[in-house]
Amino acid sequence: MAGPDPMDAIRKTFFLECEDLLEALLEGLDALSTGSGDTDTVHSVFRAVHSIKGGAGAFGLDRLVTFAHRFESGLDALRTGRIEADAGALQLFLRAADLLGDLVRASRDGLPTDAGAEDSVLADLDGLLGTLPEEREEDLDFAPAMLAIPLDDDTPADAPAPLRLSFRPHEELYLSGNDPRHILAALSRLGPTEVTCHAEALPDLATLNPESSYLHWTVRCAPGVTTADIEAAFEFAAGLCDLEVTADEDPVPAAVPVPADPPPPDKNLPGAGPAAPPPAASSASAATTQTPTVRVDLDRVDRLVNLVGELVINQAMLSQSVRQGSLPPNSPVMAGLDEFLQLTRDIQDSVMMIRAQPIKPLFQRMGRIVREAASRTGKAVRLETSGEGTEIDKTVLDKLTDPLTHMIRNAVDHGLESTEVRRIAGKPDEGTVHLAAHHRSGRVIIDVSDDGGGLDRARIRARAIERGLLSEEADPTPSDLDALLFQPGFSTVDTVSDLSGRGVGMDVVKRAIQTLGGRIAITTEPGQGTTFSISLPLTLAILDGMVVEAGGETMVMPLGAVLETQTVTGADMDALTPESRVLRVRGRMLPLLDLGEVLGHHPRRDDLAGCVALIVQAEGGSRYALTVDRIADQRQVVIKGLGDSYGPIPGIAAATILGDGQVALILDPIELREHAPGARRPLAETMP
Amino acid sequence: MTQAVPDPGAAPVPEAPPLPEDRQIELLAFHLGGQEYSVDIMSVREIRGWSKPTPLPHAPGYLRGVINLRGTVLPIMDLSERLGLGRREASGRDVIIVIEAEGRSIGLLVSAVSDILTVPSDALDAPPDLTGEDGARFLSSIALHGDCLTRVLDLSAVLPPRTSALI
Repeated sequence: MAGPDPMDAIRKTFFLECEDLLEALLEGLDALSTGSGDTDTVHSVFRAVHSIKGGAGAFGLDRLVTFAHRFESGLDALRTGRIEADAGALQLFLRAADLLGDLVRASRDGLPTDAGAEDSVLADLDGLLGTLPEEREEDLDFAPAMLAIPLDDDTPADAPAPLRLSFRPHEELYLSGNDPRHILAALSRLGPTEVTCHAEALPDLATLNPESSYLHWTVRCAPGVTTADIEAAFEFAAGLCDLEVTADEDPVPAAVPVPADPPPPDKNLPGAGPAAPPPAASSASAATTQTPTVRVDLDRVDRLVNLVGELVINQAMLSQSVRQGSLPPNSPVMAGLDEFLQLTRDIQDSVMMIRAQPIKPLFQRMGRIVREAASRTGKAVRLETSGEGTEIDKTVLDKLTDPLTHMIRNAVDHGLESTEVRRIAGKPDEGTVHLAAHHRSGRVIIDVSDDGGGLDRARIRARAIERGLLSEEADPTPSDLDALLFQPGFSTVDTVSDLSGRGVGMDVVKRAIQTLGGRIAITTEPGQGTTFSISLPLTLAILDGMVVEAGGETMVMPLGAVLETQTVTGADMDALTPESRVLRVRGRMLPLLDLGEVLGHHPRRDDLAGCVALIVQAEGGSRYALTVDRIADQRQVVIKGLGDSYGPIPGIAAATILGDGQVALILDPIELREHAPGARRPLAETMP
Repeated sequence: MTQAVPDPGAAPVPEAPPLPEDRQIELLAFHLGGQEYSVDIMSVREIRGWSKPTPLPHAPGYLRGVINLRGTVLPIMDLSERLGLGRREASGRDVIIVIEAEGRSIGLLVSAVSDILTVPSDALDAPPDLTGEDGARFLSSIALHGDCLTRVLDLSAVLPPRTSALI
């Protein structure tokens, strides 16, 4: 392998940082919209866009630079108090932030973007700033700093008197990774600049504290340099130094001109390119209070997770062989083995925690979904979130985006009433969608609630009867009725809307959640709102499984899918047609499948007496019975992907390695049912 | 650049210069159905003893199942059956050649590995056009070494189709 292009690595880092900056940007804008933001928030928002623009400039991403620049101008107007932080402006900034995110991602992946959206946001930004004087000098102050190109001297030279400034850095300036040298260099690039270093306060070497700030500077700026230029140069030093700007009348006393290379003796790298020595310079100011973190390639973490999985398997194999060695249970070997088991579990937990990520970025993305859905339906909607710090496995997190997006759109589209209806009901005009996450007994719970009208059960009932999902005389409980929402092809809204319609219903959401090993439930209060509750396992790497044997093979059934088990006597079995059989389970008839036969391990058996039937939950709340020869064990297994060495196998979700080193296949109860020979969808087996 | 520095003390030995690295190829040879086959040794990751694979439901017959290769789930292919030479009954003396091709790993089940052949790359001939012979499409070339003919497998053709084959 040839050495990777160093620019590529820097580019990658830039885009990673962009994600953080975008997150900070949205967070700041959210804080401003809820009124909890202050001047610092405005500054941090501005800095985020500014940093993205800077990095984009260094990589020649012109389109991104152009957009970020216009966005920045808008934010600058907000920062300098030229416009008010009212709801309209913030809405626009949120839209611009969404679009900036799109542009960043499009630049990263080399994808095209929707120029129309860009133009409309830019037009609105112009409209917002319309009455304000154009701020052109921003172009000039920034480009040279990031691109490290010596700047032309064509700054308008009509300013009355050159500015003079006194710059006294605080200790924190150095601590945050800033360097006065870069700031002064940036100033000097605006034109001929006189910099004077004052070292009077410098103590002798014996008493010098190398981490203190002793030096201060006076600078006589080039003619034409404006206060805004200076502010821009000191952008990252704001609050970290004393800065006084005065108009220069008299010449500098005892001037010792320093050609933009002041004393602090360290590495010599002019310009603040993205690879400049203080790598965190741009983000440090925003993130000084955070605990230190490292960025690690996900592949490396996955490798570690795999290795620990190995360790767990190895530990199981070792225990198994030691136990077969018939050692006394209180022997030192057994005690050591117990400790080994404990340690392995601890390591496994710690490694899983590395993969765990806060759910916050996902919730933030939902903010955008709410905004878009709200503007298309014409409803006023506010998204509230809580428990954003809740951590969840990265893989689970990635796969949650689609179902959650769908549920949020549903909540806005179907859950919330129109403004008129809300007024009649005495509710505030603005509807609320609440996203909450928390941990409960080893699982992650995510609630999506709205304060809308609740589920219309009469309509659900009518629709279910119309669709043949429910018989006329059936009298289901309210919660059974609610569960009908998850039936395939069920939708109570007659017109397919642009938002949640698209021909997919909650059954798709449920399916997606189930593939993640999760469950979904509804609670609804007429007139008060609806809550969808998703419960997910903390990780996808480990599964609680039931180890079963069928047709001479050992397999694992996810424990979550098994509702109960029953020994088949033979008398509780009936043949419906030559192809299909049913099993009587406490007075109810369930379709019966023989696992060994479904998987082709043996031909059809007529006598299943003595087998164990697992009552398994399949799609849409339906159940079926799956016979196996024996239940061997119940244990946690490490999930191994079947890899892409060959295509997917119907009925098989993944594989695992058992204590004896053998590979066992993990069954997919839903697919097993769908691919079973001669068994199509259950007839009317819908109500649980 | 590979010229040896002449040793003034030694008499010049007329020695056939060894073939440069890129001009010869190493093949791992084994026997199937009485014929010698081989694979480019660069694609061989390891050779391991036989262990019973876990069968995959609804898989084509040549796919014997999967085994645990130090924590990775590795598919095992009965090479004899894949080449149309008939299913071989597994015995404890069989070996599994773990190969990697096109970013995929797979284990080839063969009776035994016979030899490592070093052949000049210009000794590799394109297989004759054997229309109708099922096995021919799996060969990338043939080579003579001594009196023996070895059939070099085209691993990308031997690998099972990536998708849909099992559905």
